[in-house]
Amino acid sequence: IIRLLFSKTYKLQERSDLTLKEKEELIEEWQPEPLVPPVPKDHPALNYNIVSGPPTHIITVNGKECINFASFNFLGLLNNEKVKSAAQASLKKYGVGTCGPRGFYGTFDVHLELEERLAKFMRTEEAIIYSYGFATIASAIPAYSKRGDIVFVDEAACFAIQKGLQASRSNIKLFKHNDMADLERLLKEQETEDQKNPRKARVTRRFIVVEGLYMNTGDICPLPELIKLKYKYKVRIFLEESLSFGVLGEHGRGITEHFGINIDDIDLISANMENSLASIGGFCCGRSFIIDHQRLSGQGYCFSASLPPLLAAAAIEALNIMEDNPDIFQTLRAKCERIHKALQGISGLKVVGESFSPALHLQLEESCGSRENDVKLLKRVVDYCMNSGIALTQARYLEKEEKSLPPPSIRVVITVEQTEQELDKAASLLKEAAQSVLN
Amino acid sequence: MPAEFLEQKNGVSNGTLYKKTFIEHFEQAPMYVAVFTFVGFAVGTIFGYLRDFMRAWGLEKRNIAAEREQQKDFVPLYQDFENFYTRNLYLRIRDNWNRPICSVPGPQFDLMERVTDDYNWTFRFTGRIIKNVINMGSYNYLGFAETDVNALKTVTIELEKYGTGVCSTRQEMGTLDKHVELEKLVAKFLGVEDAMVFGMGFATNSMNIPALVGKGCLILSDELNHTSLVLGARLSGATIRIFKHNNMQSLEKLLRDAIIYGQPRTHRAWRKIIILVEGIYSMEGSIVRLPEIVSLKNKYKAYLYLDEAHSIGAVGATGRGVVEYFGMSPDDVDVLMGTFTKSFGAAGGYIAGKKDLVDFLRTHSHSAVYATSMCPPVAEQIIRAMKCLMGLDGTTQGLQRVRQLEKNTRYFRRKLHEMGFIIYGNDDSPVVPLLLYMPGKIGAFARRMLEKNIGVVVVGFPATPITESRARFCVSAAHTREMLDTVLNALDELGDFLHLKYSRYSKSSHPELYEESRLELED
Repeated sequence: IIRLLFSKTYKLQERSDLTLKEKEELIEEWQPEPLVPPVPKDHPALNYNIVSGPPTHIITVNGKECINFASFNFLGLLNNEKVKSAAQASLKKYGVGTCGPRGFYGTFDVHLELEERLAKFMRTEEAIIYSYGFATIASAIPAYSKRGDIVFVDEAACFAIQKGLQASRSNIKLFKHNDMADLERLLKEQETEDQKNPRKARVTRRFIVVEGLYMNTGDICPLPELIKLKYKYKVRIFLEESLSFGVLGEHGRGITEHFGINIDDIDLISANMENSLASIGGFCCGRSFIIDHQRLSGQGYCFSASLPPLLAAAAIEALNIMEDNPDIFQTLRAKCERIHKALQGISGLKVVGESFSPALHLQLEESCGSRENDVKLLKRVVDYCMNSGIALTQARYLEKEEKSLPPPSIRVVITVEQTEQELDKAASLLKEAAQSVLN
Repeated sequence: MPAEFLEQKNGVSNGTLYKKTFIEHFEQAPMYVAVFTFVGFAVGTIFGYLRDFMRAWGLEKRNIAAEREQQKDFVPLYQDFENFYTRNLYLRIRDNWNRPICSVPGPQFDLMERVTDDYNWTFRFTGRIIKNVINMGSYNYLGFAETDVNALKTVTIELEKYGTGVCSTRQEMGTLDKHVELEKLVAKFLGVEDAMVFGMGFATNSMNIPALVGKGCLILSDELNHTSLVLGARLSGATIRIFKHNNMQSLEKLLRDAIIYGQPRTHRAWRKIIILVEGIYSMEGSIVRLPEIVSLKNKYKAYLYLDEAHSIGAVGATGRGVVEYFGMSPDDVDVLMGTFTKSFGAAGGYIAGKKDLVDFLRTHSHSAVYATSMCPPVAEQIIRAMKCLMGLDGTTQGLQRVRQLEKNTRYFRRKLHEMGFIIYGNDDSPVVPLLLYMPGKIGAFARRMLEKNIGVVVVGFPATPITESRARFCVSAAHTREMLDTVLNALDELGDFLHLKYSRYSKSSHPELYEESRLELED
C-alpha cells in the first residue's frame, strides 16, 4: 500500500515545466492580430446617408429632397405638434437626462404615468418601460429563461431576439418560418424526451418566442394556432410586437386585437416605441405576476439609466392621439393594400410581405449569383429612385452574425402621411428603375 | 494624510509610474462588525423560512401575484428558492429604492411621498410632495441636469425642429447631421481621431464588445466590472478570465500565463487579448491604475478597453477623464468608451479611438445595423454641455464646474474621514461609498436620512458582497457648501445614533470644538 501511495506521486511530475528563458522567448515571439481588420473603402455600409433636418414625410438626404419611404414613422407622429409641445413642457420641467437608473432616483412620475397608460391601453395588468428598443426584448428573455430551459423560436426572428436568446444560454430550437407543423414536430420530440426524464422535465421551463409582424419577411404569425399548441404542450408564449403595435387591430392594440384573442393568453408582449409611437425606448406588458420579475432581474432595466422624461412625455401624448383617432389605422391599412397591389407587376422584383403590412421587402426575383452583386444591383435601383425624389433604403443585416440571413432586399415603408399620388408615383418610379437597371 | 491610513488590499503599486500620489482606502472593519452582520442575515433567513412555511400552510395571507388558474399545471416560472432573498429580505426595506421624483434631478429635487399600508407589499401615493430634498444619489457630477431656460435654449430649438424620434437605424436612414456634428465634437474633446455615438450606454458595451472580439480571443476583465461589460464579454464568445480588482500582480500573472500556455487544451496562440477596465468603479469609488496597466499592455502587446462611464467629465484637470487625470495621452488606450448619462445630463454612449477602429464599428457594430440612433434633442444637450466644458461657448463655466466638483469631493471625503466613517475609494473620486455592513442599518439609515430631507442611495447584496452593504454618495458640482454641510451634520448625528463610525483611524469627531476651546483659554 505504501508503495502504491508513493508511486502515484511520481506520475504527477511528468508535466514539463518551461524554464524562465523559454517563457520570455514565448512572450517576445507572440504577435496578436490587429485590433480591427481593415475595412475596404468601398464597403457598402461605410458611407451613411446623411439626413439634414428631421426624418419626416419630406426628407433631405445627402442634400436632395425626397419623399420618405424609409423611416418607420407609421402613424406620422414624428412631426406632430401636440407631441412636440408635450415634450417641450417636459423639457422645461425635468431637463433632458435622468441621471440615474430606475432604482436610484431615476423614476419620474412621467415614467409611472406612461406605464399605467400603456397597461390600460393594452388592457393588461402592468407594463414596464425600457430606455432602448433593442434592449427591451434582449433583457426580457434572459430574465425568465436560464441555462437548461428550452426556447422554440421562429427562424426569421429579428436580431434583438437572437441576442436575448444568446444571453440567456438556454437550449434554442428553431422552427421553420410560420410553419406550425414543424413546431408541432419539435414539441412532440420534446415531449418524448420529457417522458424519459420526468424529474428534469418538471423544472425545465419552455417558451415560444414569435413576432407579431416579422421585420425580416413582413408576414404575420398564426397566433390562434399557437395558442392551441400552448395549452396542448404547456409552453409559454412571448410575443414581440415591434412592428404590429399601433398598426394591427381595430384600435392599434396589435396582433391580439387583430385575431380577437384574449390578451391574458399571451404571457409577455414586448414592443418598442420607436416605430408607431415615434419616440425612443420599449415596453413589456402582461400580468403583474410576470412583469414584476423584470424589475429586479431585467438587465437593461436595473443597470441602465431610465428613459429621458421628454421622450416619455412624447410617448404619452402619442398614445393620446392613438386613442382619440382610431380611424388612422384603417387609413394606414388602406394605403398598404393600395401600394401592395401597385407593386405587384414589377419585372425583376417581387414583393415580400402581407398586404396590410406597412414594412415590405422588394427582393430580386432571380439572384445574380453572389450576395455582393445582388446588393450592388439593388443599390443602383435605390440610387435611381433617390435621384428622382423617392427615398428608399436597403434592408441591412450583419452578414456573419445572423442565424438565417434573409436575401438582400429594398425596404419600403408606408406611413399615414403619404398621399395616394405619392404612393402611385413611388410604384411607377420603382417600375422604371427596375426596367432600366435590371434589363 | 498619515501613512497608517493606507491599507491597500490591491497589491503593491509601482509608485514610479504615477505623477501624483495615488491614495486609496479600503479599510477593514473590526471583527465584531462582521460577526453581527452574519448574525443579522441569519436572523433574517430564519424568519424568512418561518414566514414561507406559514404562507405555504395558509396561516398567513399570500400577498404576491400568482399564476393564472388555466396555467396552474405549467412548469413554474420562478423557482421558490430563487426568490427567497427577494421575498423575505429585500421586501422588508423595499421602500428605499425606486423612489419616484417629480422635478429635475439637480442638487435638490422633489420627492413624491409614498406610504405602505401592508409592510411594503404595495405602495400608495399620498399626493404630497416633499420639496427640496438634497440629492446625494443622482449621477449629476457636473450639474448639467438643469432647467435653466438660457442653458436649454438650443435644446428647445432642436426639439422644435427635429421632433423626438428617429425611427430608423444608423445604417438605413437614421444618421442625421446632428450625429455627425456630435461625433466630430466628441473626437475633438477627447483628442482622438474619430468617435461614434450610440443611443444607450448599456447597449454600447453589450453590442460593441462582441463586434471587436470573438472566439479564440481572450478577455481579461476586472472583478468588479459593470454588468454591461460582463454581458458584452459573454455575448462575444471569447474566453473570459477575471483578475482581482485593480491588482496589477494578478493581471500580469494572467497575461504571462495566457501568452505562454495559449488557449486551454489546444495550446494554440490567442488571436488577441483585451483588458476590460473601468475609469471609476461605481460601487467602490476606486480609480483604475492606468499607468501600470498601460505599461503592462505595451509589454505584453494586449489591447485596452477603458469604460469611462463615471469618470468622463468627473476627473481630470479639464474634465477629460482618467487619461488626463494621470497625465497620459489618449493614444495609449486602444478603445475609449464612455456614457453621456452621468456627467453630461443626457443619455447615450460613445466609442472613440483611431479612425480604423471607428470605421470598423460603423460597418460591423450590432447597434449600427439594428438599433435606433440617438434622438436629436438629447444629442443637442450633449453638444452644448461639451461646448461648455471645452470653453467653446465663450465662458469659463465648464472649467468652473470641474473645479467646483474637485473642491466638493475633497471637502466631503476629508470631513467623512475626520468623523470616523469607513469610506472606500480614491481621494479624488466623486463617488463616495460609506460602509454600513449590517442589514438592519441599511433600512434605518435610508429612512432616517429621508426624514431629515436628504435622499441617499443604499446598496446591498447582490450588487455588493453580502457583508459589505453601503450607502453611496455622488458629489455634484452643483452642491453648495451649505448643502454639503447639512448632509455632513446629518451624517454625524446619524452615525452616532446608529453606531456607524467604525474607523479606527479617526481623529476626534468634533475637531472644531477642540479648537474653539483653545481660543477661549488664550483669552
